[in-house]
Amino acid sequence: MSYIIQGETGDWEVVIGLEVHAQAITNSKLFSGASASFGSAPNENVSLVDAAMPGMLPVINKMAIEQAVRTGLGLRAKINDYSVFERKNYFYADLPQGYQISQFQHPIVGEGTVTIDLEDGTSRDIGVERLHLEQDAGKSIHDQDPNRSMIDLNRSGVVLMEIVSHPDMHTPEEAGAYVRKVRAIVRYLGTCDGNMEEGSMRADVNVSVRKVGETDLRTRVEVKNVNSVRFVMQAIEIEAQRQVEVWEDGGEVVQETRLFDPNKGETRAMRSKEFAHDYRYFPDPDLLPVKLETGFVDKIKATLPELPDEKKARLISDLGLSAYDAGVIVADRDTAAYFEEAADGHDAKTVTNWLTTNLFGALNKRGLDIGDSPVSAEHLGELVGLIEDETISTKIAKDVFEDMLETSKSPGDIVEEKGLKQITDTGAIEAIVDQVIADNPGQADDVRGGNDKAIGWFVGQVMKASQGKANPGQVNQLLKSKLID
Amino acid sequence: MTDQWTIAKAADALEKGEVSSVELTDAHIAAVEAGRSLNAFITETPEIARERAAASDARRAAGNVASPMDGVPIAMKDLFCTEGVRTTAASHILENFVPTYESTVSGNLRDAGSVMLGKTNLDEFAMGSANITSYFGSVKNPLTPEGANADLVPGGSSGGSVAAVAGGLAIAATGTDTGGSIRQPASFCGLVGMKPTYGRCSRWGVVAFASSLDQAGPLTKTVEDAAIMLQSMAGYDAKDSTSLPMELPDFRAACTRDVKGMKVGIPKEYTLDGMPDEIQKLWDQGVQWMQDMGAETVEVSLPHTKYALPTYYIVAPAEASSNLARYDGVRYGLRVPGDSLDEMYELTRGEGFGEEVQRRVLIGAYVLSAGYYDAYYVKAQQVRTLIARDFENAFNEVDVLLTPTAPSAAFAKGEKMDDPIAMYLNDVFTVPASLAGLPAISIPGGYDAGGLPLGLQLITGVCQEETLFRAASALEMAAGGGQ
Repeated sequence: MSYIIQGETGDWEVVIGLEVHAQAITNSKLFSGASASFGSAPNENVSLVDAAMPGMLPVINKMAIEQAVRTGLGLRAKINDYSVFERKNYFYADLPQGYQISQFQHPIVGEGTVTIDLEDGTSRDIGVERLHLEQDAGKSIHDQDPNRSMIDLNRSGVVLMEIVSHPDMHTPEEAGAYVRKVRAIVRYLGTCDGNMEEGSMRADVNVSVRKVGETDLRTRVEVKNVNSVRFVMQAIEIEAQRQVEVWEDGGEVVQETRLFDPNKGETRAMRSKEFAHDYRYFPDPDLLPVKLETGFVDKIKATLPELPDEKKARLISDLGLSAYDAGVIVADRDTAAYFEEAADGHDAKTVTNWLTTNLFGALNKRGLDIGDSPVSAEHLGELVGLIEDETISTKIAKDVFEDMLETSKSPGDIVEEKGLKQITDTGAIEAIVDQVIADNPGQADDVRGGNDKAIGWFVGQVMKASQGKANPGQVNQLLKSKLID
Repeated sequence: MTDQWTIAKAADALEKGEVSSVELTDAHIAAVEAGRSLNAFITETPEIARERAAASDARRAAGNVASPMDGVPIAMKDLFCTEGVRTTAASHILENFVPTYESTVSGNLRDAGSVMLGKTNLDEFAMGSANITSYFGSVKNPLTPEGANADLVPGGSSGGSVAAVAGGLAIAATGTDTGGSIRQPASFCGLVGMKPTYGRCSRWGVVAFASSLDQAGPLTKTVEDAAIMLQSMAGYDAKDSTSLPMELPDFRAACTRDVKGMKVGIPKEYTLDGMPDEIQKLWDQGVQWMQDMGAETVEVSLPHTKYALPTYYIVAPAEASSNLARYDGVRYGLRVPGDSLDEMYELTRGEGFGEEVQRRVLIGAYVLSAGYYDAYYVKAQQVRTLIARDFENAFNEVDVLLTPTAPSAAFAKGEKMDDPIAMYLNDVFTVPASLAGLPAISIPGGYDAGGLPLGLQLITGVCQEETLFRAASALEMAAGGGQ
């Protein structure tokens, strides 16, 4: 768990804080009625307000407030009944108003906690400092014309929730686990789709290093706009290493904003012009402070789904799963939902094994998400049911599963069509056993002579003769009674 | 002659069929053309006016009169965005900007049936008190004496609107008031200028100067006209988060000219050192009139008044510096190309904004900047709260406050122009009510030695417009106006 960088002058530890920007799922933008959907043609989802036409005024989208509160509750955080939108002033071509409307001194959500799950099965609590709402900016596109930049304002005004952690993390793994957990929580809540490739979730990573044993924090650097869990972890490793080298070379780390370049495996400072120094925040006079009505928060609280931590605890205590398996299953809302449907009425551990070993492996190989699985949760449950009631053996079940992956048919149909039903009729099995013993007198004598291990060979022969359908337990028992007893 | 018309008279004549809207409109279009030397209009819209006048006459013929404003030709301050009609805010940076949308207030007036004659001149982005900062040139006060060496200013920022009404070019006009931009020019031109409670008129579609202060209102020849026109302009608008979600009272019915038993406060802090005797005399006369009509007058104290002007000149520029950031040459308006984005900003804004606008943007950016924010902006907001509390305390005692509107009559163009502070002092009596968001009205009270009009200001508490119209209609009568 500890992550120590061994420098020439001693051991260094890393201090990490994260700002996760999550695009809230809303019917429209934060202050306008324009659509917030992804993938439209450039400048298709732009209202007069988003383009900052003269005299246009923002009106708060109530759903954005609800989603922020919902997310705050999911982060087990304090919900502030009073919050204020302020203007963050800076000039950029894709910022039509010349300011971003954001929350600064009075965010809608205060202190909370995210419990992260680590590889070794342990958990840790990471403090959340705040969640605030803000508008996204538009997009500048620089590679379409040799002389001009193109501006797409579709994102301008889209609702972002910025979730700011305390500098509580000390390893890249913890930071990765934190991002994954925040993503799981917002997906469970339905407040953000967590899709980092499409940019609906991204992270600014604050990194500093200090000598082991130091209690004060050294200067931090902000690595901006990191857009995958893997890159978050890599950026921390690379940036921490860089800072150790700077300090050890007798230099000083400067507080700055840097960009992570995954291709070159380095972070580099943004030109000072790429970010403003003085945002001249002040409360937006076009908007009134947000005051939540009594009962508003409780009403949302009453509709919260079971969240990953609660679900994990229930899977462990009620279904007897290991902490690790439970952690894997709850990490993703779709996986958890799949599991719960498949395990309904069936042995949870058996379902877990099929899910995490067989299905995950198959999906990985095909590059599919659980949502696109050719094997439905219902069918996987049915397959486990066929094993449980001894309709088929585990071995046959694997063949049936392969068939299910190919055809998406129900396991019952496959067993029926291919005649794979297990033979449990003792008479029928005995006939095969007798035949195999009769065909192999030498091996039979070997067993009778005391070589108990050779009985395994007979089992294999009988199974082969039955095309795998004989109940292996019964086969074993019959062979023993005929050759040993 | 167009001078004779008030909204009330026009409505009456239209109703009786003595005149049609087309006739009334044509007469005013002719007056607009004849009065071009005033430079009251930036954009004249005679075609739109004739079209709307004809539509009004047709409505009337069909018995569907929309309001007492139906068919009445008015002028629109060029700060209200008007669909398909150039809207400039008197700035080079918006010189060729044609909105695709109609501001709520101008839309309300259109829906009320009024006829827009054109878009009136103003100080650039409504920043000024003399209408001398317009990119389209200064406006001449129609009361400038024949043969004067220099034109008198009409006041500002709604200078084009008052010149149009006082010059008989329009029966009434819209104004906007941030620190006095309706009341002070009304005082300079002998008109009634009314700023309602902040939030009564929607700011949607009005080019923003200082969002927490900007408020639209009517500029008219009589108090009754102001009441009629405000009725059509105001109302809750969900598109403006600061709009008041309240029903409107009947403003015209409140013009009872009856102040018997009303308590009128005379704020002692409004007596300024070096204030012209004429102003003091007018104020005293106003007090006398109120007493004569049966009102009780008492001295009240608004102790934080002296901080109002400096507070205003922190809050308004701060908001303006941010509100005007959108004029960057990227999406609309003037663009002066540069070799980089920053250079384009610098050239566009340097060329697009006039000197006064640049001055206020710089002041605003300064008072909001790190290290100064607490000392200026935060402090100003605190003082603003104290100023509002002063008024609240006063209105626990009295119904209405009576003050002068401006510290002088209209002055000649050229005076006070190289001293911004002297110019800012024009707003000393109007700014406090703006900071507190209170309704206030200027009515013609008398004349200075040179025969130029002087205004008296009445202020009431939040949403007490009915009391305001009651007192104003009485005071107007006492001063011999309102006929």
